[in-house]
Amino acid sequence: PGTSQIWLSLLFPWNQYLPIICLIPSPGDKNAQPLTLSGHVGFDSLPHQLVNKSTCQGFCFNILCIGETGIGKSTLMDTLFNTNFENFESSHFEPKVKLRAQTYDLQESNVRLKLTIVNTVGFGDQLNKDKSYQHVVDYIDTQFESYLQEELKIKRSLHNYHDSRIHACLYFIAPSGHSLKSLDLVTMKKLDSKVNIIPVIAKADTISKTELHKFKIKIMSELVSNGVQIYQFPTDDETVSKINTAMNGILPFAVVGSTEEVKIGNKMVKARQYPWGVVQVENENHCDFVKLREMLICVNMEDLREQTHTRHYELYRRCKLEEMGFTDTNPESKPVSLQETYEAKRQEFLGELQHREEEMRQMFVQRVKEKETELKEAERELQGKFEQLKRLHSEEKSKLDEKRRTLEDEINTFSKKKAATELLQGQSFNANTNLKKDKDRKK
Amino acid sequence: MFEWSHKEMEKQYVGFATLPNQVHRKSVKKGFDFTLMVAGESGLGKSTLVNSLFLTDLYKDRKLLNAEERINQTVEIIKHTVDIEEKGVKLKLTIVDTPGFGDAVNNNECWRPITDYIEQQFEQYFRDESGLNRKNIQDNRVHCCLYFIPPFGHGLRPVDVEFMKALHEKVNVVPLIAKSDCLTPNEIKKLKDRVREEIDRFGIKVYQFPECDSDEDEEFKQLDKELKECCPFAVIGSNTVVEARGQRVRGRLYPWGIVEVENQSHCDFVKLRNMLIRSHMHDLKDVTCDVHYENYRAQCIQEMTSKLTQDNRMESPIPILPLATPDVETDRLIKMKDEELARMQEMLNKMQQQIHDGKEQ
Repeated sequence: PGTSQIWLSLLFPWNQYLPIICLIPSPGDKNAQPLTLSGHVGFDSLPHQLVNKSTCQGFCFNILCIGETGIGKSTLMDTLFNTNFENFESSHFEPKVKLRAQTYDLQESNVRLKLTIVNTVGFGDQLNKDKSYQHVVDYIDTQFESYLQEELKIKRSLHNYHDSRIHACLYFIAPSGHSLKSLDLVTMKKLDSKVNIIPVIAKADTISKTELHKFKIKIMSELVSNGVQIYQFPTDDETVSKINTAMNGILPFAVVGSTEEVKIGNKMVKARQYPWGVVQVENENHCDFVKLREMLICVNMEDLREQTHTRHYELYRRCKLEEMGFTDTNPESKPVSLQETYEAKRQEFLGELQHREEEMRQMFVQRVKEKETELKEAERELQGKFEQLKRLHSEEKSKLDEKRRTLEDEINTFSKKKAATELLQGQSFNANTNLKKDKDRKK
Repeated sequence: MFEWSHKEMEKQYVGFATLPNQVHRKSVKKGFDFTLMVAGESGLGKSTLVNSLFLTDLYKDRKLLNAEERINQTVEIIKHTVDIEEKGVKLKLTIVDTPGFGDAVNNNECWRPITDYIEQQFEQYFRDESGLNRKNIQDNRVHCCLYFIPPFGHGLRPVDVEFMKALHEKVNVVPLIAKSDCLTPNEIKKLKDRVREEIDRFGIKVYQFPECDSDEDEEFKQLDKELKECCPFAVIGSNTVVEARGQRVRGRLYPWGIVEVENQSHCDFVKLRNMLIRSHMHDLKDVTCDVHYENYRAQCIQEMTSKLTQDNRMESPIPILPLATPDVETDRLIKMKDEELARMQEMLNKMQQQIHDGKEQ
């Protein structure tokens, strides 16, 4: 049991922060006895060492903003982080939903933050929004997948790895004053097991106080009745549980964003100037912006990262590995190690390979046989034809021979006749000349 | 002087200058009717605006659907009819609601029920008009459609463009920017410019205000010009009355101020109300009758006659319309071409056969 603890702490990288491998005694571990110290040893500085190490390394935080085009995602990010990120105004006519990620290096005091903001582009604009949620889900899964791949590598460098998994998802709800939109419900349902969802009501300066109260209640009851699990601020740590519980009751936060400043009294504050008054962003009576900033950044940022890793990522990893055929226990409910599963899979794969090879070989033999018979058939046919032609030919030949003989016979007969006629002619001529001679002599 | 002109008047007085008064009297007696359609996604303040426009509450017992129920929702058509009276003038107002428009996840052709409804009303009127007893024709045709554009985006969205294009030749479309209390004056101007440019670009024919007569006074012309430049109107509605600047007004109470619906520097509600009710209501009706309905009627008749000639092509004794002749002509041509094709096909077959035979030999 002791060694398995060591192995676990090597596998789970978030424990990389600990400079030493510690044997965490599990409750009821018979080998660990509580011991009282008689003096100050000094390991109470461990948290400080941890903080120093992590401050040196810097932190990384990834926010995903989902909302309709123009609802105020970029403005809110600018307002939250007190800066001007590069923003592009998107068109309403995108054919499908895209996600655009931008990474920034921020610094406050001596703490460095690598912030990645991912915005949806064209969300809610298409006529048919059946597949809108899929693009977001795919993006989140891709980040999980690359982390998983890094984890499973033989030579890996997780402490240098730029973690791109989404730690917090701000879902921007349009301020209709009635309830969620159907698209909101469908999307949040698909995302609640993959990412920490924090719903916010955007452009809340169009809702009066009484309307806002009813709106928030309606939204939360719709989420609950449809089983959507949004992120709950943690209440197990006594230092923050009071404020977190209070904030959990104020969700969703009604926010107003602005990068413009208006003079109120003798200060310049972030605000929106209307003909009927000035909405101050950081006035808690006007909107919940300050509460959002407090919860998201000041108090619970680390918890968001931890939840992403220990809950959402673990779920993804488990599902993926189960898909590939890995299990923790074999059919007899005995624990199975990765090694054994891998061997089994490999054997299975090789077996299949052999089977396929056999199949192919058989098919090849079959084909060859078929071709052979085909060729034989063809040969026979040709032979038959040849014989036939030969017969025809000899027939013709004999016919022709006969004709020739007949012709020769005729020629012979003719020449005989000719000879006979010539002879006769010659005789008659001679007779004539003899007669003439006789006549001449007689005279 | 006065007497002379009186005598003059006596000589030249016919009396038809009182016609406008007679028209006025008769119309007051008859009463008016107007059908207004409101369309747009839910949550844009359509019902609130209608209540604010007509200072009544038409939606007391309305039940709104949950998000889950709206995933596959189809568009319904709901009519509310009220009779309202003001200074002896009676108006029968019909509001046609379109709940469910743009609310489902898949909104392909979600305007189909709406266009069908409008055409049904035209068809009904057409039939009534062609009937034998035309005494009590009910005019249910839609005279105006207020389309609500959400103020949260950068301009028109695909569903907005498709809807307006499907309807602009059937009804007077008046686009509005809804819930404009979420936009600062600069943002309103930017959005209006954007929407106007996109309406031009996509070729959407929204309702155009008629030109002023040249003999109208300057003030009227100025107002008219302002009205035209203000389109699309950025509106805010309210169901509640609040206390502002010592008066009780319709408005919305915020921690940072009070929005007054009828304050022209806050929104264009007053302009919309004036346009819709006080100055252009009759023009909207006229355009519906003279343009949209006539287009429908002409199209309907054309379709009917071309169908008729299709059925009795050869023996059409009465040349109904010039449309008939081109049909017969083209039919003959088609027949000729068919025969030629058949002949060529035969020749080809023969040649193929010859080749085949030759091969065998």
